[in-house]
Amino acid sequence: MKRIDHAEASSRFIAAKEHVEFHDRRLWDLRQKRDREAFRIPEWEELRTLASTIKEHTLARLPDYLAQFERNATANGMRVHWARDAAEHNQIVHDLLSAHGARTLVKSKSMLTDECEMRPFLETRGIEIVETDLGERIQQLDGEPPSHIVVPAVHKLRTDVARVFARTLGTDPKNSDVSYLAESQRRHTRPYYLKAEAGMTGANFAVAETGSFVVCTNEGNADLSANLPKLHIASIGIEKMIPRIADLGVFIRLLSRSALGSPITQITSHWRAPRPGSEIHVVLVDNGRSERLGMRDFWYSLKCIRCGACMNTCPVYRRSGGLSYGATYSGPIGVIIDPAFNLRKYSALPFASTLNGSCSNVCPVKINIHEQIYKWRQIINERNQLPIVKKEAMRMAGKVLSSPKLYRAAVKAANAGLEYLPRSMIYNPFNAWGRQRDLPKATSTTFRDWYVKHRSAKK
Amino acid sequence: MNARDDILARLGRNLPACPPLPEIPLFDSSSFDLEGTFLENLARMGGEFVELPPHGTQAWIREKFPGATVICSATPEVAGNRPLESIRDPRELEDVDVGVVRARFGVAETGSVWLSEAEFKVDALGFLSQHLVVLLDMGKLVPNLHHAYRDSGFHEARYAVLMTGPTATADIEGILVRGAQGIRSLTVVGC
Repeated sequence: MKRIDHAEASSRFIAAKEHVEFHDRRLWDLRQKRDREAFRIPEWEELRTLASTIKEHTLARLPDYLAQFERNATANGMRVHWARDAAEHNQIVHDLLSAHGARTLVKSKSMLTDECEMRPFLETRGIEIVETDLGERIQQLDGEPPSHIVVPAVHKLRTDVARVFARTLGTDPKNSDVSYLAESQRRHTRPYYLKAEAGMTGANFAVAETGSFVVCTNEGNADLSANLPKLHIASIGIEKMIPRIADLGVFIRLLSRSALGSPITQITSHWRAPRPGSEIHVVLVDNGRSERLGMRDFWYSLKCIRCGACMNTCPVYRRSGGLSYGATYSGPIGVIIDPAFNLRKYSALPFASTLNGSCSNVCPVKINIHEQIYKWRQIINERNQLPIVKKEAMRMAGKVLSSPKLYRAAVKAANAGLEYLPRSMIYNPFNAWGRQRDLPKATSTTFRDWYVKHRSAKK
Repeated sequence: MNARDDILARLGRNLPACPPLPEIPLFDSSSFDLEGTFLENLARMGGEFVELPPHGTQAWIREKFPGATVICSATPEVAGNRPLESIRDPRELEDVDVGVVRARFGVAETGSVWLSEAEFKVDALGFLSQHLVVLLDMGKLVPNLHHAYRDSGFHEARYAVLMTGPTATADIEGILVRGAQGIRSLTVVGC
């Protein structure tokens, strides 16, 4: 499997200047909205601690809570299926659709189905799938994966969307008015809700106590997908479990405030039992989660409630775009989840971080994201997954930094070099740092020279 | 081994140490203006509010939505022209202009109203309608979501929704569009 080259992929994103500037600004705006909402709530930090503890407790008793959920959901008339991996998940969904003679599936956004690469699997088997979330639909029509887990098309400008819709939905290519584009998608999607034989949602939370699951959306598309067809399939990662209805108070208060800076999503829906004459099938998916639970340093990432706050605050994500990570999960949370799926393929991702810790500070369930990033770097180094240039540079840096004598000599040489060497020698292909930046101007005295002089003057 | 037992067994081998499950406080504050907070947050989320119109909700709906041809009411206080009792398939509500429901309660912290199959009569009424009018007894407001989730409705309803303003999207350039794919407007009538 090809190793994802994050730096190379982001350089393509960075080349489109107006896109990068907008992307950076838009996501930072979400971060600031999140701050304003969080500051309105005096108990915000207490909520984060509660959320973190509830998740850790649930994960540590996950088999019990999963069994309780299954028991209650089944008693309420839902059907519960279990999938070890993506292939089993996709097969279960296809079998259900076949059994119901479903040709068209309307679905709301689910990162899990992207993770399972469900769409191509079903499409090659003749199922028409309509993503109903606006951002996800834009991406589907453009043949691209989502670039952000909450706002899938955040890397696109309205003119990009106008081009995609003109090509695929027949809208006016010159009209990039946002209301016009959203209204066009509404009108295009509505007939699908009315004709689809099956609807699909993910879930933000599954409640063991009641056997119900919760979906948080703003567009109304999840409820239209679920409440019209006779078959509703909900794909749920096993880590979405929480013990009690009362726990939802904590998580719903945190989720949309962290994600979008709104007090709640416009629609927060709780399905406990199917409506008369219809069926709800829940597919509980493992796909590597049970294994990750056993990873001493990394199981905390299973607490994630997929709000995207870590992405919005991350300077690397904001300036490189989600697609450059080459994975379903991008940004800081992706950086710590993806290597667990495939260490070799995603070995470059933990280096797409400044380790500034902002991601950990905004995380509503207190995942120690930046510490995990650092730990992945160690593992990648130990397992020999570092590119040779980076490895050599680190080896040399380690040598130089551990010897004061070598370090002083190197600083002097580097300063002299910066002054006298031609640009082409400094900004060569091996200087990754200098590709987008100029090195700072070297001072005439080093700190050590200054310090020695000062100390001796005082004496 | 089947997938279920396999997954549970694998999890069982990998369990980390278990902290106790914390009790969830209600986070009450002493001076809390229930109605004012509800109205403020409803407005922030794009919802509208009117006090019980003196000439009655029925007449007010006619004035507010003059172009509406199909009005579908799930509450006896307002008469619609599409009886919900006759609906066999939720898709029959596709042409509803105005849906009318009565909420069980409201949440001040978020400006949300609580609705379930009992209030909707047909679940799709809250989503296929172009506009939704929600009657709400302003004496039935709870301060925050912790109180809301103490309601027995979450244990009893097969389908429960916290609806907050109209459906909305900001998926293109972060520009907020109210009236995404479900209802284009939500008006709470305080009565």
